[in-house]
Amino acid sequence: MITELGHFALILAALVAVVQTVVPLVGAHKGWRSWMALADPAATVQLILVGFSFAALTYAFVVSDFSLRLVFLNSHSDKPMLYKISGVWGNHEGSMLLWVLTLALFGACASWFGSNLPASLRARVLGVQALVSVAFYAFILLTSNPFLRMEVAPFDGQDLNPLLQDPGLAFHPPFLYLGYVGLSMTFSFAIAALLEGKVDAAWGRWVRPWTLAAWLFLTVGIALGSWWAYYELGWGGFWFWDPVENASFMPWLLAAALLHSAIVVEKREALKSWTILLAILAFGFSLLGTFIVRSGVLTSVHAFANDPERGVFILVIFGGFVGAALTLFAVRASAMEAKGVFSMVSRESALVANNVLLAVSAFVVFIGTLWPVFAEMALGRVLSVGAPFFNAAFSPFFVVLALILPVGAMLAWKRGNLRRAMTPLWPVVVLAVALGGLAFAMQTGRSALGPVGVILGVWVVGGAAMDLWQRTGRKGLSDRLGRLTRLPRADWGKFIAHSGLGVTIFAVAGLMAWEAEDIRVADIGDRWQIGIHEIELRDVRQEQGPNYITTKADMAIFRNGREVGVVHPEKRFYPVAEMPTTEAGIRNGVLRDVYLVVGDPQTNGGWAVRSYIKPFANWIWGGSILMAIGGLVSLSDRRLRVAAGAAKRRTPAGGVPAE
Amino acid sequence: MKRLILILTLLAAPVWAVQPDEVLDDPALEERARDLSTGLRCPVCQNESIDESNAGISRDLRILLRERLVAGDSDEEAVQFLVNRYGEYILLSPTKSGANLVLWLAAPVLLLVAAGVGYASVRARSKAKAPETLTDAEKARLEEIMRS
Repeated sequence: MITELGHFALILAALVAVVQTVVPLVGAHKGWRSWMALADPAATVQLILVGFSFAALTYAFVVSDFSLRLVFLNSHSDKPMLYKISGVWGNHEGSMLLWVLTLALFGACASWFGSNLPASLRARVLGVQALVSVAFYAFILLTSNPFLRMEVAPFDGQDLNPLLQDPGLAFHPPFLYLGYVGLSMTFSFAIAALLEGKVDAAWGRWVRPWTLAAWLFLTVGIALGSWWAYYELGWGGFWFWDPVENASFMPWLLAAALLHSAIVVEKREALKSWTILLAILAFGFSLLGTFIVRSGVLTSVHAFANDPERGVFILVIFGGFVGAALTLFAVRASAMEAKGVFSMVSRESALVANNVLLAVSAFVVFIGTLWPVFAEMALGRVLSVGAPFFNAAFSPFFVVLALILPVGAMLAWKRGNLRRAMTPLWPVVVLAVALGGLAFAMQTGRSALGPVGVILGVWVVGGAAMDLWQRTGRKGLSDRLGRLTRLPRADWGKFIAHSGLGVTIFAVAGLMAWEAEDIRVADIGDRWQIGIHEIELRDVRQEQGPNYITTKADMAIFRNGREVGVVHPEKRFYPVAEMPTTEAGIRNGVLRDVYLVVGDPQTNGGWAVRSYIKPFANWIWGGSILMAIGGLVSLSDRRLRVAAGAAKRRTPAGGVPAE
Repeated sequence: MKRLILILTLLAAPVWAVQPDEVLDDPALEERARDLSTGLRCPVCQNESIDESNAGISRDLRILLRERLVAGDSDEEAVQFLVNRYGEYILLSPTKSGANLVLWLAAPVLLLVAAGVGYASVRARSKAKAPETLTDAEKARLEEIMRS
């Protein structure tokens, strides 16, 4: 019964979305206030309906209602509760329901927090947002309905993919969707602005929080996925340049570019048409990512629910929205007249350089990801584009980005002075090069990767710190410290996020350069050396988990002859899904992780055992979390709220329509 | 039942990536083998190199690669030997020839184009004159502020 109500609510939500598209857009065009005003209640009602629908599906998973086809295919009564719930979005249909729920949530938020927007702009934003929803409601209801029943309810389910039964992965998809779908909000703002024919500083200020929110959710989602790959896949890789990873990375890069170009729109009323274009492209790449994951065009470790019919449907959605948006852009972009004037050396120019690097790097990832498809269709060549290509073609962009970041952040708006901007940075340069030299002297190999990572990391973090310090004025130390605490949150957000980038760059380079590995056959009681640690295999035994059986090892880690910890690497087997998984035994450390994996028993006794030293592994995700926190701090800046109040007063109640 | 499941586990268990018995005695040769195998794709997996992959065919390829190196092949010869048998699909880094040049040159060419466009637009902005007068709407608004 609840299931049917959920199904019904979903259909109702789709109808509400149709109304929310048509009425406010017509109203905004004709200048009818009452029609425009309909957008707000519609957005809230849509959220309630689709929220109920999602709750109904979740309920079916929680009570293991196997008469529902989706529950039967993706759940099992023995599964722990957390994974029964995460199973709701661990499959194609459910994840699409989460997708429309997120769309409705963002729409409703725009309505609740958008009281400062001019009425016509708000109506258009909500209308466009609902139009995106309509497309996805149609997709769900026509091709991937989660509420289909089985004719005969089976006794038990087929279990969720064991790889997905993991706390890190339980929350990876929701965050990614918040990011992907968050970009629909900037898309709606861009289209609404094109319809209005007006982009000004206020628009830049309104669109920035949404971009920031989408970007920080994407950051967390990508970091969670990467962290999961690190501890789950059994060799400690954290990024594979897999098509689906790339699908989330491209919108992230474009959102980062958009974030920065919107600052220029807000502060200087320049780069307007470029910012609009970026907003369209960023959401376009989100849709493209959805297409890549769902269509099976590219094989990938993530591929689930591959179905050509669904692929074509999403391709139509993608083509329709991006095509229409770009056409509208071509017609209206000339109306976006830039106002601000700035010299060649200025913060604006530095942000243009930032955008050039981020956007081109996103396109490099794009070309690399789709090249195998192109080569097969156009050239008849079956080939692969993997990590070596991306490492070579993509990394230079981030090296250059890291090099110019601290200088650009220090330059003045309008007319900067390179020498003056560099003055406070010289000590940072000296420190970075000195530490890089130290790293080079201390390492055993000849690889330049590690030292370069140190130099870039210190340069970016030190530069960000120096930038913050320069904002405290020129008086005495106590006065400057006092001012430091009173700086706007946006400044702190910038410092934290840029530091996070520096930390991540350093950590990636450090891990890749200084990793150590040992592969051997070990008998119970064997001890061996890796780096400064010694490892002992104590015991290997079989155990029974809630819905799996496992081969579990006890391995002790020694340092300087003293035991520092015992870890338990596992090899699990899920009988229902007939799939094995590995659980690495990881001892986390500030400077390095000790990463141990137990393998197969050998024919003449002993176990295959792999041990790794992973230097600075945690710093990769630490840096990502810093970036996200920086975004959050910036999002909470008072300026956004002050501006909100000011803009509210400017719109007279019941005043003249915009057109 | 439990015993049966245990047997099943052992049967279904994957062959491990780089088994201890595959490792060559000569560390220099082994390091070359590891370097090369991170650039070769497991033919039956999804975007995994043979160095990481658990599949049986990856083990065969790793052993084959090591045999070629032990036989005295150069890096290029050993890789070519495998490509001749399994196709260019196994190269994770596509060849830098023919149409693939488009792929490899995309990054530098796009960067040059984008930098050119960026430079031109910044230059246009630096030459432009700032609007000095207020628009009519702004004048009206200013008047409104002054009156209130």
